[in-house]
Amino acid sequence: MLLGSFIEAISEFEVLNKGYDLDREVRVPYCCDLLSIAMGRMPQGAAWVTVMANTNALAVASLAEAACIILAEGSRLNEADIAKAKEKGITVLATELPVFDAALLIYNRLHD
Amino acid sequence: MNEKIILNYNVDSDDFTRAGEASGNVKRNLKLMGVDPDIVRRVAISLYEGEINMVIHSNGGAIEVIISPTEIEMILKDEGPGIEDTELAMQAGYSTAPDNIRSLGFGAGMGLPNMKKNSDELKIESKVGVGTTVTMKVFIS
Repeated sequence: MLLGSFIEAISEFEVLNKGYDLDREVRVPYCCDLLSIAMGRMPQGAAWVTVMANTNALAVASLAEAACIILAEGSRLNEADIAKAKEKGITVLATELPVFDAALLIYNRLHD
Repeated sequence: MNEKIILNYNVDSDDFTRAGEASGNVKRNLKLMGVDPDIVRRVAISLYEGEINMVIHSNGGAIEVIISPTEIEMILKDEGPGIEDTELAMQAGYSTAPDNIRSLGFGAGMGLPNMKKNSDELKIESKVGVGTTVTMKVFIS
């Protein structure tokens, strides 16, 4: 599913920032909060579900070519990091759902 | 791209807000040069891990990236404090990162293993009290 359609398909998630590349493919949900593990193992085009809402998570998402970040459990970026997400064109969504529930929702929508 | 391109960056100790700038910049440059996306990703991951290690553990230092038609060489040189046991540091899961660093999502002990996995050559020269130089190469062909 393309990122633009993905954002529309999961209206349960709040859009904190819509990135540049909405035509890229969202392939699979991926869950991890340890950045080096996410960095090393996250598949390209992942919808990355994490509670790690900070500037380093943005860097990891960008460098590891995640399609987007989904901040779970009500975690939120601060204003400086939202500005950074805008600058780097990274799509960031947010939800109150726990990590597993958010990933399951993504999986189901990708396979509808 | 027949000639070498050299990119230089400074890395400050404990500056997490700028961590990733060097790797992000190198990634953008490689993409613009049309380098294979898989190689770009491996360089970006290796360099980010090295950059983050410098921010977390070192007293600051510098990164030089040399892009040639056949390889990308990354030289990360810091000003100490040096690694006491390099072999131990290479083990997946081993980390000396303190709790405040772990709360940022680091300290999984995967930095050096990730660098080894994603580069074609990794050399670590370290002297306690002097500093560490990490040299990584990713071959283009």
